[in-house]
Amino acid sequence: MKFQSKSSVVALAVIAAISTVNVPLASADEALIAKGKEVSFDRKKGNCLTCHQIPGGTLTGNIGPPLIAMKARYPDKAQLRADIWDMTKRSPDTMMPPFGKYGVLTESEIDAVTEYIHSL
Amino acid sequence: MKKNIFAILASGSLLSITPAFATTQAEDIAALKAYFAERWPNVKDGDMSNGAYSLSEDKRINWESMRDFPPYEDHLAIGEEIWNTSFKNGNTWASCFGDDPSKIRNRFPHWNARDKKVETLEGNIIQCQKANGEEPFKAKKGKIAYFSAWLASQANGQTINVVVPQDDPDAVAAYEAGRQFFYAKRGQLNLSCADCHVYQSGYYARGNLLSPVRGHTTHFPVWRGKWARSGGDGFGTLHRRYGGCNSQVRAKSFKAHGKEYSNLEYFHASMSNGMTINAPDYRE
Ligand code: HEC
Ligand code: HEC
Repeated sequence: MKFQSKSSVVALAVIAAISTVNVPLASADEALIAKGKEVSFDRKKGNCLTCHQIPGGTLTGNIGPPLIAMKARYPDKAQLRADIWDMTKRSPDTMMPPFGKYGVLTESEIDAVTEYIHSL
Repeated sequence: MKKNIFAILASGSLLSITPAFATTQAEDIAALKAYFAERWPNVKDGDMSNGAYSLSEDKRINWESMRDFPPYEDHLAIGEEIWNTSFKNGNTWASCFGDDPSKIRNRFPHWNARDKKVETLEGNIIQCQKANGEEPFKAKKGKIAYFSAWLASQANGQTINVVVPQDDPDAVAAYEAGRQFFYAKRGQLNLSCADCHVYQSGYYARGNLLSPVRGHTTHFPVWRGKWARSGGDGFGTLHRRYGGCNSQVRAKSFKAHGKEYSNLEYFHASMSNGMTINAPDYRE
């Protein structure tokens, strides 16, 4: 701080002011992604880490594939949502719980999880 | 609506990967042995009674150091004391089980042709107490586990051989019911015992390395770190473990020593035929 020029301090202050003003607007997407992450990591909700490696998750299982590069894997977000809702449709004997079909997660929780997983 | 779905699931009526045709006990054991031998050519069949510790060097090292100072010695002593204590009516345990404590564990589970049901060791301990006017032990932990563990320890080294009389259709049906239970998807999470202990054994669910079904029953009752941390002394029976593995997939758990779990044990213990008893043991 001591060596910082006066103008950069002003610049920082301006940025801070702008971002404060922007917080409530900070895209609905980001809030949804944050909620999706919470639901995915929560042991009583998605508990996805039991089976999947996800960046930032610790002590992850390896029953399912790592969830990375998901946009490449799922160009169609609706397909991702459908798989999370009921993987047994595509893969009848799968280990993956049918989160929507059996009501493990609510529809809005699945929306959020889809948004989050698609962002990985 | 959601409630309804849940009720159907809880009854375990979704049998999506149960093999479509009935197989015999001998075929089931042979198939499992071949399956695991192919997956882990370097793991000896007999070593699978050490569960997950037969599959991971890291896990094994921790486990071996826990076993250097077994946490359950005092409880085994209580188990022995129970064996040596007569009932108030003067009878002893020998009146139900015969007088050689090393010849008890390995007779269970077995088919009772007269009453047409599977008998389990712990179920018969309770039955013996009731027949003698004693207050029965609690079903899944505490004294029943100490006593059962001591009896099992007296039988260590003996070869498991659960018999399903193939000429008795009721016995075969009880075995088949146990097999169906094991392979049926159940609970809100839609998982079967086989999902975790056949197909995904050797993989990790979180930090838990999933053990193979072969060898599952050789060392019960077990002393589990997790049970000790949840407020008990760590000891639990096989049916306690069934209850835990059912409820973690949000399925209904059944009464210990009731028909469902006794039939399950009949199948499940059969899958360890040919292995040796090594009880009790430590599990994380
Ligand atoms: C009990 C195990 C388990 C849990 C819990 C689980 N999954 Fe899966 N998942 C799997 C398995 C196994 C597969 C492999 C697909 C198959 O079986 O056909 C899979 C596949 C997937 C795929 C497809 C990946 C690909 O590239 O094909 C996605 C996406 C996915 N899971 C997301 C999730 C999310 C999100 C959660 C939590 C809300 C979750 N999973 C929880 C076991 C699990
Ligand atoms: C979602 C996964 C899952 C399902 C489904 C499951 N289990 Fe387990 N089970 C575990 C985990 C995790 C452990 C502890 C690690 C280990 O020993 O495998 C365990 C341990 C056990 C053990 C103790 C093994 C030992 O060496 O002491 C037995 C016995 C067992 N399970 C039986 C069953 C039976 C019977 C069913 C079905 C009614 C079942 N499990 C369903 C995850 C599961």
